Amino acid sequence: MTDLLALTALEAHEAMVAGDLDAAEYTAAWREAAAGDELNAYLWRDEGGEESRAIAVERDCIAPIAVKDIFCTEGVPTTAGSKILEGYRPPYSSTAVRKLIEAGAPILGKTNMDEFAMGSSNENSAFGPVLNPWGSDRVPGGSSGGSAAVVAGGLAPWAIGTDTGGSIRQPAAFCGIVGLKPTYGAISRYGMIAFASSLDQCGPLTRTVSDAALLLSILQGKDPCDSTSVGLEAGVSLPGREDLSGLRFGVPAELGHDEYDVGVRAVFEQTLRKIEDLGGEIAEVALPSTEHGISAYYVIAPAEASSNLARYDGVRYGVRRGGDGDLIEMYETTRSEGFGPEVKRRIMLGTYALSSGYYDAYYGKAQKVRTRIATDYAEAFSAVDFVVTPTAPSVSFKLGEKTDDPLAMYLNDFFTVPMSLAGIPAISIPAGLAEPEGGGPQLPVGFQIAAPAFGEQALLEAAYALEQGIGFDAKPGDANG
Amino acid sequence: MIERDQVLHVAKLARLRLSEEEVESMVGELSGILGHVDRIGNLDLEGVEPTSHVVALENVLRADEPRPSLPREVALAEAPEPQDGAFRAPSPQAE
Repeated sequence: MTDLLALTALEAHEAMVAGDLDAAEYTAAWREAAAGDELNAYLWRDEGGEESRAIAVERDCIAPIAVKDIFCTEGVPTTAGSKILEGYRPPYSSTAVRKLIEAGAPILGKTNMDEFAMGSSNENSAFGPVLNPWGSDRVPGGSSGGSAAVVAGGLAPWAIGTDTGGSIRQPAAFCGIVGLKPTYGAISRYGMIAFASSLDQCGPLTRTVSDAALLLSILQGKDPCDSTSVGLEAGVSLPGREDLSGLRFGVPAELGHDEYDVGVRAVFEQTLRKIEDLGGEIAEVALPSTEHGISAYYVIAPAEASSNLARYDGVRYGVRRGGDGDLIEMYETTRSEGFGPEVKRRIMLGTYALSSGYYDAYYGKAQKVRTRIATDYAEAFSAVDFVVTPTAPSVSFKLGEKTDDPLAMYLNDFFTVPMSLAGIPAISIPAGLAEPEGGGPQLPVGFQIAAPAFGEQALLEAAYALEQGIGFDAKPGDANG
Repeated sequence: MIERDQVLHVAKLARLRLSEEEVESMVGELSGILGHVDRIGNLDLEGVEPTSHVVALENVLRADEPRPSLPREVALAEAPEPQDGAFRAPSPQAE
């Protein structure tokens, strides 16, 4: 049994295709593992009941997968981590879920997340926080914290999540796994519950870069149901690059005065040396506008969210509360009781930024900063192939450490938000371990690599070569200190 | 910075009813966040085009052909109080 779970998703797939691995036995082993969830990582698991009839797989030949609870799944509870959607069973499946089922990947379950993907620690879930498999007093990151925790914690071979400002990459870093945010438009958003539509993107959370490539190859594509989708024209193939010779990696000049932990810095610098060992070249690049990424993001994302979340009004689906015959009263009671504090905060922020008299000062300015950031990257990519940074300013922090300070929580997205605003792909791979600032057992550190729009194949090749060079093999529960 | 009466006004626009406690904490938290965001207020962005969408796409069209959509009973299955094949809501006249 243990051996089956040790296979990567790619190894399992190849063994199933070759007839060396019994798909039913393999999936059953994973269902049993998922049933042992002690991290509060699953909100729903497929136990073969009536409600999972619509997601049955015809030809089981791809490793079973955990799906963030933001993806509409026909007949299966889909909450987006919110009380306002408690008990909701969508009448259709998102394109991402449909593609997984068609490819032959059984759905293991739906993973816990920050409510409507708003958060960087998973503490904003209406259904309780997810625990980090590396330490039960630590957050798994967010918002795709459940998807990262199941992969790192041996409760799923791989998972999908969504990334709006770092929600795949930061939890992947905090849990010591691989997380890829593809180019905006690479994967359909149809049926993916909207947070900030111009930024939201689906992507893989996996043990290895090769698994991420395999999953991306299944998920990517233009979808008539999402007019903003374009897909990856050349498709995606498995990476095999062995060195980094001839490739230039840009380190932002601004990184020198940014605040991030000493341990993270040490792993980052050690990884730069590894890149050079593998034949890559390190160069400095200027990205002067990225320091305003958080400001622009926390205007644009809440503004779009305030509009997207207007649909939760208690009329067509989800929870309805109060009213007593008064429509406005019903709207207000439903929304006030259904949304959690962070979602209310962002709706307020976004509504304020879009309100008469403030639109130009906030939303208008933020959109121009967004242009500047995209231009910065375009200029950097004329000189280098990739831009590299730490994925997050710290390792996983403690549960409750930042819950009283929303701004401190937002600043955790400092390194991941600029790529989201520019719409470019970025991957986080585990690069080493570091002690948290306040002391304690060592925790994983993520290394982020960003590439030009639609440069996924080159990004995966470079990440693969670096992953092999780093050879990160630490696991939660290993003795360390 | 944001004042208490602005918080109440925005809450009304957003169809949120905030408790006294929520109003208090919202004033502090939103002011803190806006204080950070205000850093972009001083940037010279004269002549910079705003970006609302990162991928260059325009006029994504498809043939206007009829095709099946969700059956009525399926679309209504998740409604809190469906009635006579329609979504039912309290009357807007009451206000």
